[in-house]
Amino acid sequence: MRPPVSLEQAMMFAGILFLVGLVGVITRRNTIFVLLSLEIMLNAAGLAFVLAAARFRSAEGQVMFLFVLAVAAAEVSLGLALVLWLYHHKRTVDIDRARDMRG
Amino acid sequence: MLDLLWIIPALPLAGFMALLLFGGRLGGRTPAAIGCLSVGLAMVASFACAFDFILASPSRPGIERVLFPWFYAAGLAPSFGFYLDGLSLLMIVVITFVGFLIHLYSVDFMAGEEGYSRFFAYMNLFVGSMLILVLADNFLLLYLGWEGVGLCSYLLIGFWYRDPANGRAAVKAFVVTRVGDASLLIGLFLIALSLGTLDIQEAAARSGLLWPRGSAAAVAAALLLLGGAVGKSAQLPLQTWLPDAMAGPTPVSALIHAATMVTAGVYLIGRTHALFTLAPAVLSAVAAVGAATLLLASASALVQRDLKRILAYSTMSQIGYMFCALGVGAWSAAFFHFAIHAFFKALLFLAAGVVIKSLSNEHDIFKMGGLRKSLPSAFWAFLAGACSLSALPFVTAGFYSKDMILSALSASGGVGRWFWAAGLIGAFLTSLYAFRALFIVFSGPGRPWRQRAGFFMGVPLLALGVLSVGAGWLLQAGAGGPLTAGIFGSLPDGSAAGGAEGRLSSLAPPFLSVAGILAAGLLYLVLPRARRALAGRPVLSAVNGFFFSGWGFDRLYDLAFVRPFLWLARVDRADILDVPYRILALFAEAASRMLVLTQSGKVRLYVTAVALGAAVFLGLVVLL
Repeated sequence: MRPPVSLEQAMMFAGILFLVGLVGVITRRNTIFVLLSLEIMLNAAGLAFVLAAARFRSAEGQVMFLFVLAVAAAEVSLGLALVLWLYHHKRTVDIDRARDMRG
Repeated sequence: MLDLLWIIPALPLAGFMALLLFGGRLGGRTPAAIGCLSVGLAMVASFACAFDFILASPSRPGIERVLFPWFYAAGLAPSFGFYLDGLSLLMIVVITFVGFLIHLYSVDFMAGEEGYSRFFAYMNLFVGSMLILVLADNFLLLYLGWEGVGLCSYLLIGFWYRDPANGRAAVKAFVVTRVGDASLLIGLFLIALSLGTLDIQEAAARSGLLWPRGSAAAVAAALLLLGGAVGKSAQLPLQTWLPDAMAGPTPVSALIHAATMVTAGVYLIGRTHALFTLAPAVLSAVAAVGAATLLLASASALVQRDLKRILAYSTMSQIGYMFCALGVGAWSAAFFHFAIHAFFKALLFLAAGVVIKSLSNEHDIFKMGGLRKSLPSAFWAFLAGACSLSALPFVTAGFYSKDMILSALSASGGVGRWFWAAGLIGAFLTSLYAFRALFIVFSGPGRPWRQRAGFFMGVPLLALGVLSVGAGWLLQAGAGGPLTAGIFGSLPDGSAAGGAEGRLSSLAPPFLSVAGILAAGLLYLVLPRARRALAGRPVLSAVNGFFFSGWGFDRLYDLAFVRPFLWLARVDRADILDVPYRILALFAEAASRMLVLTQSGKVRLYVTAVALGAAVFLGLVVLL
C-alpha cells in the first residue's frame, strides 16, 4: 500500500513550517506573536522527529517529541511570565523596546 | 632516625609557617620561643642523625631518602629527596647548631624591636632554606634552597626597612648574588641537557663517563657552577654585596656569615667536586679567585672603621682560604675550616653585637675604646674569636684548620706556591686586623659603667667561645677515627684528612700569625703616635682610602654597569621594544569596539544572526 504522502514531502512540510516560524520570530515585534512563532518552530522540529521515527521504525523519535512538548510547555510558561514583566515595566509588549542590555 | 631525615629542614619551615600565620597575634616572647624551638629541635634531629650515621658504618657512601616525586618533564624527574653523606652531615650539624645559638642570642638582642615575630619568621626560613640546599639530592631542589637563601638574605638585610639605605643594601645583595644565580642556573641547564639528569650523584657518575678530562663541556659546566658559588660566597668579582650587607641586624650578619648563605658556594663546589676534578683549569681558577679575594679582603679589613665591616671583610678572606683549599684539591681542609670558621665568626659577630647594642648602635671602632672592664663577656668572647681567626698556634681551633689549608697549598707545588704565599701574607694581615679591632675597641681608659650580657646572649657566647678554641683538639683527637672518617669520607681526599692534621707543615704560618698580633700591639698599644704620623703621609693615606673603599670595586661597577644601565633606562623611557606590542593592543581595542556594535540589544537581530550562522554552518557541513 502506497502511503498517502511520501517522506520527502512530509519533510519539506516540516522545513516550511520551521521557516514560517523563523520568519515570524524575526519579523514580528509583538512578543506574544514571537512566542507563537517559536511554538511553530518547535512543532516543526517535533514533526521531523516523528517522521524520522516512522521512517526508521523506532520509538525514539516519538519519545523525543514528548520531550519537545515538555520543553515547549516550560518555555511558554517562562515566556508568558516575561511578557507580563515586560508589560508591567514598559507598558508595551514590543520586543524591540526590551533592549536595556545593549552593548 | 635516618628515615626521618626530611624532618630536619621541615622543622624550621614549620616554624616559619606558624610565625607567618599567627606571628602578628602572638605577644611577648612567644614568637622567639617558636623560632628557637623549631631550630633547636632540628638541631637535636641532626645530632641524632649524625650519631646514627657515624655509628652505623663510618665510611659508607651516603644514604638517600626520597619523599615524593616533584614532576616529570622532558626526561627529567626531580624529586623531593634528601641525600646524607659526611659532607651534608657536617653542614647540617653546623648550620642547625650555630643557627640555634644565634636564634637564642636574638631573643634578647631583638627584644622590643618592631617586627619581633617577622624577624624570627625570616630567620627560620633562612635556616630551613639552607638545610634544603645542603640536603638536596638533586640540583633543582638545591636551587630551590639556593634561591630561598637569597630571598631571606634580602628580607633580613633590609629588616630595618624604614631607612632607605638598608633597603638599598638589601637590593644590592640581591642583585649582585643574582648574577651568580643566573650563572648557576645556566650551568644546571647545561648539566641537564648534556648529562640528562639532575640527580647530583648520578650527574657526577655520568660526567666521569661522558666527559673526558679537560673537555670543553666539563670546563663550561664547572665555570658556570663556579660563577654561582662566587656570587653566593662573595668572592672576587662578585664580592661587593657583603660589606653592605652589614645593614641588617647583627644576628643576621652572624647567620649569613657563619651558618647560611656565604658557605653555600663552598658547599656547591665541594658537592660537585667530581665535575671540578674533570676541569683542572677551572680548579686552578677557584684557587686563584680565593687567593685574590683573601688578599683583597684582608687588606680592606685592615683600614675599616666600622666594626661589622671589618668582620665582613674577614669573612670574605676566610672564604677565600676555603676556595684556595678547594682549588688545590684539599677538600676536607676546606670543610674543616668551614666548620671552625662558622664557630669563631658567629662568636665574633655576636660579641660585636653586644658591643654595638650597649653603645646604642655605634659601629665606629674609633668611638669605642676601653670596653674591657665594662663589657667583660664581650671582651673574652671577642678575644677567643680573634685568636681563633688569627690562628694563634696550638691553642685555638683556627690554627689547626688554617694550617691544614696552608700545608695543602704548600704541598700542591707549581702554581700552588703562589697561593701558599698569598695565604701566608693573608695570615699575617688576618691577625693584624683582628687584633687591631680588638685593641681599639677594648683597650684604653676604662668606662665607668659595667654591663653583663643577658642569659640568652651569654650562653651562645660561651658555647661558641669554647668551640672556637677547643674544636680543633676535638677533631685532632678523633683524627683517623670514626668521626673524621664519617665526616670526610665522602670527599676524594677524605682518607688523608686524618693524617695531615697531626704534623706541622712549616714554621711560617704560626710565626706570621704571632708576628701579626705583635705588630698590631706595637702599632695600636705601644706606639699609637708613630702610627698616626705614618698614616698622615699622603701616599699612605691614598692607599688607606683605596683599601677602605674595598679596592674601588663599588666605583668601578657603578661606572661600568650601574650608570650605563640607568642611562639606557633614561634614554629608552618610551620603550622602543614596546611599540609592536602597543600596535597589537590598539588593534585588539579597535576590534573590540567593532564587536560592541553588534551588541545592540535587539532580540530579533540576534535571532537573525543565529539563524544565518546556523544556515552557513549547515551549508558548510552539507557541501564539504
